[in-house]
Amino acid sequence: MTITEQRPSYRYVGTRPVRHDGLDKVVGKARYAADLVLPGMLYGHILRSPHAHARIVDIDTSVAEAMPGVRAVITGADFPDLPADDPERNMTRNLMARDKVLYEGHAVAAVAAATRRQARDAAEAIEVTYEVLPHTLDILEAMEPGAPLLHDDILTTGLDSEPSEPSNVANRTCYERGDIEQGFASADVVVEGEFLTKPIHQGYIEPHACVADTGQDGKTVIWCSSQGHFRVRSQTAAMLGWDTSRIKVIPAEIGGGFGGKTTIYLEPLAVELSARAGRPVKMVMSRDEVFRATGPTPGSVIRVKLGATGDGRITAAKAWLAYESGAFPGVWAMLGCMCVVSPYNVENFLIEGFEVVVNKPVNAAYRAPSAPMAAFATDTLVDEIARRLDMDPIDLRLLNCPSAGDQAPYGPKWPLIGLRECLEAIRDSEHYRSAPAAGHGRGVASGFWFNIGEASSATVNLNENGTATVVTGSPDIGGSRASMALMAAEELGIDVHAIQPVVGDTEVVGFTDVTEGSRATFATGMAVVEACRDLKGQLRGRAARMWDCDVEDVEWADGRATHSGGEHEPLALADITAEAGRTGGPLGATASLNARGAGPAFSVQVTDVSVDDETGRVTVERYTTAQDAGTAIHPDYVEGQMQGGVVQGIGWALNEEYIHDADGVMENPGFLDYRIPVASDLPMIETIIVEVPNPNHPYGVRGVGEVGIVPPLPALANAIHDATDARIRELPMSPPRVLAAINSGNGA
Amino acid sequence: MRYVAPASVAEVVALLAGDPEARVFAGATDLVPQMRAGRPEPSVAIDLKKIPRLTGVSLTDGTWRIGAAAPTADLTGNAALAADLPGLVYAGGLIGSDQIQNRATLGGNLCNASPAADSVPSLVVNDAQAVVAGPGGELTVRVIDIPSGPGRTSLQPGEFVVEFLIDRPLPSTSDAYLRLIPRTEMDIAIVGAAARVSLDGDGNCSSAAIALAAVAPTVVLVPAAAEALVGGPISDDVLATVAAACAEAADPIDDKRGTVAYRRQVAGVLAKRAVLEAAGRAGNGGGR
Repeated sequence: MTITEQRPSYRYVGTRPVRHDGLDKVVGKARYAADLVLPGMLYGHILRSPHAHARIVDIDTSVAEAMPGVRAVITGADFPDLPADDPERNMTRNLMARDKVLYEGHAVAAVAAATRRQARDAAEAIEVTYEVLPHTLDILEAMEPGAPLLHDDILTTGLDSEPSEPSNVANRTCYERGDIEQGFASADVVVEGEFLTKPIHQGYIEPHACVADTGQDGKTVIWCSSQGHFRVRSQTAAMLGWDTSRIKVIPAEIGGGFGGKTTIYLEPLAVELSARAGRPVKMVMSRDEVFRATGPTPGSVIRVKLGATGDGRITAAKAWLAYESGAFPGVWAMLGCMCVVSPYNVENFLIEGFEVVVNKPVNAAYRAPSAPMAAFATDTLVDEIARRLDMDPIDLRLLNCPSAGDQAPYGPKWPLIGLRECLEAIRDSEHYRSAPAAGHGRGVASGFWFNIGEASSATVNLNENGTATVVTGSPDIGGSRASMALMAAEELGIDVHAIQPVVGDTEVVGFTDVTEGSRATFATGMAVVEACRDLKGQLRGRAARMWDCDVEDVEWADGRATHSGGEHEPLALADITAEAGRTGGPLGATASLNARGAGPAFSVQVTDVSVDDETGRVTVERYTTAQDAGTAIHPDYVEGQMQGGVVQGIGWALNEEYIHDADGVMENPGFLDYRIPVASDLPMIETIIVEVPNPNHPYGVRGVGEVGIVPPLPALANAIHDATDARIRELPMSPPRVLAAINSGNGA
Repeated sequence: MRYVAPASVAEVVALLAGDPEARVFAGATDLVPQMRAGRPEPSVAIDLKKIPRLTGVSLTDGTWRIGAAAPTADLTGNAALAADLPGLVYAGGLIGSDQIQNRATLGGNLCNASPAADSVPSLVVNDAQAVVAGPGGELTVRVIDIPSGPGRTSLQPGEFVVEFLIDRPLPSTSDAYLRLIPRTEMDIAIVGAAARVSLDGDGNCSSAAIALAAVAPTVVLVPAAAEALVGGPISDDVLATVAAACAEAADPIDDKRGTVAYRRQVAGVLAKRAVLEAAGRAGNGGGR
């Protein structure tokens, strides 16, 4: 079901053609990085730290180097040590430890050998002498004075006065407005709580993989799957101390990223091993390595207090958020602060966030990073207000709903946003209008994610037969080839399957930022449209030459050039490309831009659950999500993103968690005990695409990739409360935790 | 590692006798992931699936013979077996996924010796016997005597399980197996409970057996629960006693999959539900 605001009618945009890359993916023909085999290729293997925190006293590689098949062995000492102020320094020290290991799984050395087994055996023969150090795994414990320090140079930024002693708290973020004391004083209802979440992995099915082939000319070619091959190039260059022009990155198909493939783990190691061995080197992570060494999203401790008047107006919000960023600082607390009360207009608030390092893997982005944990706190408490006031939870949210011109908590004025429309879409849905089945509990929640623009490039070439090739620098993670082709089809007026969308490598297309912040269809799509509009100008010029008339007399519409005076028969695009050789040569255009004006995304969701009150097992019985897509270019993939976000949120809410033992060793580094949902765990996720077009995009696109994962945590917590009366404020809401909450009469 | 696929039990016995590092495997659905996780490879991997006796499922003279290497898909696809032993067949159908069940076996499930093995409690409540071959010939052992701890069995060097023997259940008898997993499939039991119940003409319980999985180092038979059932109707009071007896008999650990308190409580809940399910079928005449 789609709810559409007033918008122009399109011929291709908004249709659901078969995706261009679909057949290859369905029949198993699509090539992922791990599929590539080159002549003479070696296999790389990484030796990882068994300790959560230890000083590296010595690394002896001599035995490993002498083992059969071994062609190269590297350690941190084989890479330049970047200066303390280099923004990529932490990345390089995550890819290969120097001085200290900071988490179990931290890379210490790597080997390239003729077979996988030889590489593994040699890596295990490397003798590392560690001095084990005390470690810290818990956010609150790590924040305490006297906690084991991961780094001796972290001085908390953002405090009122600069601290004199290092700590594990990297920074403090603060947003403040109004008079919070007065805000709570004017409230008739005050609710508060502390909410706990564990680190969660993105759970992409394809492990990280790459092949690097470094030549004697000092140049290298990397094949890898990533969310942005230009960032692979720049990060690899930074770690190697190379100029980027020595590195070419060819994107492979990607088997899921969800933010986790916006950074690198393997590529500089493979390049260096390849350089030393003089052979191509392939590195493929095991699932175990993916869990132990690649980026989860942070665990968190979030305390929120909300006040509201008796008629439901939220008067004050106080939020204290601490995010663990793993072994190196990130931006996670700041992002959480930006999202924590954004679906509400609140005049008085104090939001304070802390970024805390702990001895766990370094966090990476995960789908609306930091927003779901913040929403878990806020939208659970909003549900409590609704119950205290005996108000409908949607009505309460509508009453406090921001719209264009209101000031967002993190500063800017809201542009045109579709939160109200999403709330109304859920309120009016068949799901919400029908009562939950007997024994089922219902929960509602909303979520926000700001989305971003950034740099994108596109090249569009017209072929002599009137078809077009659209080359972009954005890997196709969620159906972006089809979306690019649809926008090009709309512009050029030719069939979507007359367009071949291509993901170009770092040397065939202009710079394009990594796919993050739901930006590909928005920003790269904008570049495609701009290039197509350039081409339409060129097509008019060519028609004018063919007709020997002024270009001003040529109009382009519906894929045809028409003469304003009607003196010539219209020329289809193929008529013009066929004559291109005589009218000025091939037709092509390139656009590179910094996309501005990304449209904020909102989602509102409702779910019904049943809870086995003797085992604590939760079954998601029904789920409906409404999300503002701006304009859905290819509705199938918009719905897919909406459903995917919800499903990952359900996994996070109910069963997923990193489990570490007391020594900081991960106990569940596999899909058996790290429980992402399976298909039979889920009901059909019903979707309502809301379209409030983004005025800053030629087709009104907002990013759709992320916000869907934000509401499920509180929606399910609220539904479980409705079914059992237990308020659970710690994730996951796994059977043992739910049963304990039911047994104690209240989970809070 | 060398792979061999003998055609007879005798060949397997000889191979095992000649090489203490040799190991048998059936579906390899545990073995392959364990090797990938770094467990040492055997010198010789002996595939049992090419021996007809080990892959057959048959009913002879009132006794079911189930080859130790028969895929569980052949159990779930066998209507007569499913009518006689619905709990056991259901348990076999819970292991892994449909694809895995084309390989997975009762013999492997037993000898991998996971406390959480889904099919073992059902074998135990049905008093299954295992035919074990070894250097001294063949002998018959009660299934409950085979697991001796997590990953350990009482089988001696050179011994392996050939087949299982289960007497057809008496009339008005049935079994059931239930497990608690956080997901709906592709998971491992946090707690499992099997029950076998016989009813007399008055609807009173005439015999019963209850066994639990994943709550102790090995499968646990709970005689106190059976005793509470036998001799009367299956009332709420009796079921409460069954649940309490099972919670008491459980000796679980706290681990990543669950807590001691959770496993004890849920062991009782699942045992109670399994008894009701088995009794419901038995009341309809069971499989006969």
